[in-house]
Amino acid sequence: MAQITLSNLRHSYHPNPSSDDDYALKKIDLTWEDGGAYALLGPSGCGKSTLLNIISGLLVPSEGKILFGDQDVTALPPAKRNIAQVFQFPVIYDTMTVYDNLAFPLRNRGRDEDIVKERVTAIAEMLEVTDMLSTRAANLSPDNKQKISMGRGLVRQDVNVVMFDEPLTVIDPHLKWKLRSKLKELHQRVKATMIYVTHDQTEALTFADQVVVMEEGEIVQIGTPVELFERPAHTFVGHFIGSPGMNVLPCSVKDGSAYFHGERVDLEGPISGDVDGAAEVGIRPEFVSVSTSGSGVDARVRKVADIGRHKVVEAIANDSRVHAILEGEAPNVGDAVKLDFKQSQTRLYKDGWLASTPAEGV
Amino acid sequence: MSLELKNVSKRVGQVTHVKDTSLTLETGHFNVLLGETGAGKTSLIKLMAGLDSLASGQIILNGRDVSGLSAQKRNISLVHQFFVNYPHMTVFDNIASPLKVAGVAKSEIADRVEEAANILKLKPYLKRNPHELSGGQQQRTALARAIVKESDAVFLDEPLANLDYKLREELRDQLPELFAGRGAVVVYATSEPEEALLLGGKTALMSDGHVVQFGPTADIYRKPKDLDAAKVFSNPPINSAPVTKKGNTVTLNTGTSWTVNEAAAALADGAYTLAIRPNHVMPVESSAHTVSLDGTVQVTELSGSESSAHFDMDGQSWVSLSPGVHPYNVGEVHTFYLDPNHCFFFAPDGQLAA
Repeated sequence: MAQITLSNLRHSYHPNPSSDDDYALKKIDLTWEDGGAYALLGPSGCGKSTLLNIISGLLVPSEGKILFGDQDVTALPPAKRNIAQVFQFPVIYDTMTVYDNLAFPLRNRGRDEDIVKERVTAIAEMLEVTDMLSTRAANLSPDNKQKISMGRGLVRQDVNVVMFDEPLTVIDPHLKWKLRSKLKELHQRVKATMIYVTHDQTEALTFADQVVVMEEGEIVQIGTPVELFERPAHTFVGHFIGSPGMNVLPCSVKDGSAYFHGERVDLEGPISGDVDGAAEVGIRPEFVSVSTSGSGVDARVRKVADIGRHKVVEAIANDSRVHAILEGEAPNVGDAVKLDFKQSQTRLYKDGWLASTPAEGV
Repeated sequence: MSLELKNVSKRVGQVTHVKDTSLTLETGHFNVLLGETGAGKTSLIKLMAGLDSLASGQIILNGRDVSGLSAQKRNISLVHQFFVNYPHMTVFDNIASPLKVAGVAKSEIADRVEEAANILKLKPYLKRNPHELSGGQQQRTALARAIVKESDAVFLDEPLANLDYKLREELRDQLPELFAGRGAVVVYATSEPEEALLLGGKTALMSDGHVVQFGPTADIYRKPKDLDAAKVFSNPPINSAPVTKKGNTVTLNTGTSWTVNEAAAALADGAYTLAIRPNHVMPVESSAHTVSLDGTVQVTELSGSESSAHFDMDGQSWVSLSPGVHPYNVGEVHTFYLDPNHCFFFAPDGQLAA
């Protein structure tokens, strides 16, 4: 196992890229620490698959280097990189038993049968598939097939990295949850470096210690799930993470204060840099409270969804849509309400990027 | 308008895919079919749409018996999980196709396609072919075709399952408004409990080829008829454990006991299954969360705004889902607190008792 370094990586599918727009990966500098659980999160077309293919060696980047430890592997083919991959669809041999499937990556590298047995037994136990070891893979349910695929990815102890490419796409929600916790548990036990590629925020945030958020070929933010939730560095992260995502409201900045349709909005703290004129206020639905009296921004309730553990209110304030997540009682559709933004969670964004800093002493 | 199923069933060989099912689905709200893969959602939709023949029973659409009619003769629309468009036709022609088949005048076709394209934000793409569109745009094209047709019934079979998470959120938000006021009976199949709650309307919980419970979505979430229904309508899975009830006290196998509310106290003494949703089991004590339980933490997950902990309590695997961030030590015993006012008690036959 080794630390993985991506240095000045750029990739274009065009033969003669001329502008930044021609690059699927614009410029990536990133270090994956040995033994970390990472997620690569972004919408379709953000470049995450391109990046994954570069790490696995299926693609040679137009510019830049990939290092495994100190070794430059940029030009090495996949087979020489000593990595394991788990794909969206199960990759197993239907005619073989579960045992032989799990043993395959080890036997393929000429390991002794004693070692094969020890590893297969251990992995099978972790995955809770011991009772299936003699079953033919063809007879397994789809989620068990994917479990075995994961097991094949994890059975070797000498790999540099295990990469998961949307591994739960074909799995039912109630089983997704089980496989996800299983994977997390496995990471805690085997301590291999794992990279999990997905467009699903829930999967990314629950699996990873560090999430790398990508958009349009660039890394927008790297952080822990809590950091991404609490201080999105960009409105894209605010929107992409959270359900519903962060409210992003137009505002104007004058003399260090932000105004939403003429009304002053109290920000978390001072504005960083020289911001004047059009900007945006970002506030998560979790930190918007709704009342029929009291202070706040005037709004009218457009929709209320009761999702069991809380209610999601959609209100319209000066043509802007604002979501609020409420525990307990919610107003009725059509009600005139006041929206109050929790000050410590109200941030300013300029050209998409975070432009406010926490108040001192917070 | 309504779509009525009277004792319908479907068998393939020896296997029953849909068991004796009766349901009345109405217009004006979404009718959600919620169940795991294999529960029979798609089988039931195929019967309603006329893509499959009934083994028994009747299907009545707006008062007309359509049981023996093919899909083409039922005036219905169907949108699948996989994006189905005509690859060789432009987006305009794809949306227009049901109108052309119906012999609608050219000028009217143009108007109606434009209206549907407007609603689904497809106007800039009308001249493109489907393969030049993103997944979301392709699925919106399929939805536009379903809208333009003015069908009596629209069947949406997990239409968002193959879309990006955020796109799914956006379309799910728009769908109820899209079909509001169109008069069609809308049936929407999903395997995600939260999606059913967000869509509202009525929900039919499906398990093992039959409808376990049907009613207003929020009502059946709050009052599952039996343990099966409670399980289908919970993600993460609902926590459950055997309890013994005596007088106004219930006791877990671990020895933990507490005083129950009046409704539960009124039950006959004996053995029950306790079930409680993960969001009513908290990692800290509060005025509502008063009953303490010790569990060994197995896995923890953090979704930014919420923390969940999977823990083992006397051989039962339970989950706690709480707002905010909570530090847990995996492998160690943590004390959780349940809210005694949000417990369900199921009788030995599985039926909800209190």
